[in-house]
Amino acid sequence: MITTSNLTAERIIEYMEKGKRFDGRGLDDFRDLTIETGISKKAEGSARVRLGKTEVIVGVKMDVGAPYPDSQDKGNLMVTAEFLPLSSPRFEAGPPQFDSIELARVIDRGIRESKFIELEKLCIKEGEKVWTVFIDIYTINDDGNLLDAAGIGAIAALKSAKIPKYDEENEKTLFGEWTKESVPLQKDVPISLTVHKIGNNLIIDPTREEEDISETRITIASHDGTIHSMQKGNAKELSVEEFKKILDIIEKSEKEIFKRIEKSLK
Amino acid sequence: MTKDFKRPDGRKVNELRKITAKVGVVPNADGSAMFAFGDTIAIAAVYGPKKMHPQHAQDPEKGTLRCNYNMLSFSVTERIRPGPSRRSTEISKITEWALKPVVMIDDFAGQVVDVHINILQANASTRCAGINAAAMALAHAGIPMKSLVTSVSIGKLDKQLVTDLIKEEEDWEEGEGPTDIPITLTGDGKISHIQLDGKIGRKQLEEAVELAKEAGKQIHEAQEKALKAMGEKNE
Repeated sequence: MITTSNLTAERIIEYMEKGKRFDGRGLDDFRDLTIETGISKKAEGSARVRLGKTEVIVGVKMDVGAPYPDSQDKGNLMVTAEFLPLSSPRFEAGPPQFDSIELARVIDRGIRESKFIELEKLCIKEGEKVWTVFIDIYTINDDGNLLDAAGIGAIAALKSAKIPKYDEENEKTLFGEWTKESVPLQKDVPISLTVHKIGNNLIIDPTREEEDISETRITIASHDGTIHSMQKGNAKELSVEEFKKILDIIEKSEKEIFKRIEKSLK
Repeated sequence: MTKDFKRPDGRKVNELRKITAKVGVVPNADGSAMFAFGDTIAIAAVYGPKKMHPQHAQDPEKGTLRCNYNMLSFSVTERIRPGPSRRSTEISKITEWALKPVVMIDDFAGQVVDVHINILQANASTRCAGINAAAMALAHAGIPMKSLVTSVSIGKLDKQLVTDLIKEEEDWEEGEGPTDIPITLTGDGKISHIQLDGKIGRKQLEEAVELAKEAGKQIHEAQEKALKAMGEKNE
């Protein structure tokens, strides 16, 4: 298995004890973030997110189908993620591995629980026909923090998406033809952010070699201090004090990242 | 408001459902246990430490903990398709992470401890019941552990925090709706697992962790009592 060597790990932690990182960032600094939307002509909405050397692309596709039994009057949301073998020597082709399943589920819950997509407006005929919004996430280059990059990509792709035309008479989605209507979204954008624990340090936006030695992480989707979803990943336990510190970091970073996303999307 | 708040099953806001805990429910296993919150019933069986297969999955430096969470097809109202799903894959891993901080299997290089969890009947909080059963089964199997773990779902219904959610509460429709926060704590009060779905502010989230601690005491008591009863039977 490819992983960060013990020697590098020791140096990374030594640096962090002094509040420093190999690439010159502070512990709670995000890398440079660029967001491009409309990267696919075929998708309803799409985005490319670069976070330092990490790159993901996200596409939104829509189709009309039956609602889920427990939400007859609401559209459906489906999030999937594929860790493409081209994006890292450690990803292999084949059935989805745990990491990509977890990433998709964490992003799904951030969007779903915050009610960011107004799914009730995506109902065509109650109990029969609703829009399904598919958010598909692909990794292009993995240099750590795919989770947060994917979350930002999903938001950007959704914001750029237009609903396809639908032929009511023949009950057919007219793929490749779009209405002027955007996907109905709420004003409050849920920002999904992950804090990692490395040694005794809490950091955000790890590079690959940092993430390799992360002992545990917490991902939180929140807007303006209201928390909508949370997932603790990896086995190391956290004291309640550490947990509170993580909430501090999220609270502080969420607003800044939100501003940077807004700026990039303009 | 706490006093007036009515839960569908009449419990107090910080009241757990009736806990049933039993050790030794699967004779073939090296350790096994049942844990129930009311009518949410989980059983867990431990096999190992044993040689890890396939060989490429072996860790030459330390032992591996491997958990598998599975719901029976008829454990819920609408039949679920048997076999693994994305949800069960995630919960299996979450369970593993929740238990790992207390399980001391570093000395079992190349070996695996398998924990199989099955949900026989579900009325919410299934992952928590599963984790509680698994901790007992591991102890019953004699796997070295720092402590047990205790797992409980804390909920927020509209604005009210409650302990140990049932399905009816998970689907709460009034006010701010439901928030579900499953939390697992180690014996020394550290968080080995936390998840959240819903809508909550920071202050109440911190209160939720405190409620989990409070509930953890009762869960721990039930776990220990069942383990002791088993020990006495064997004497």
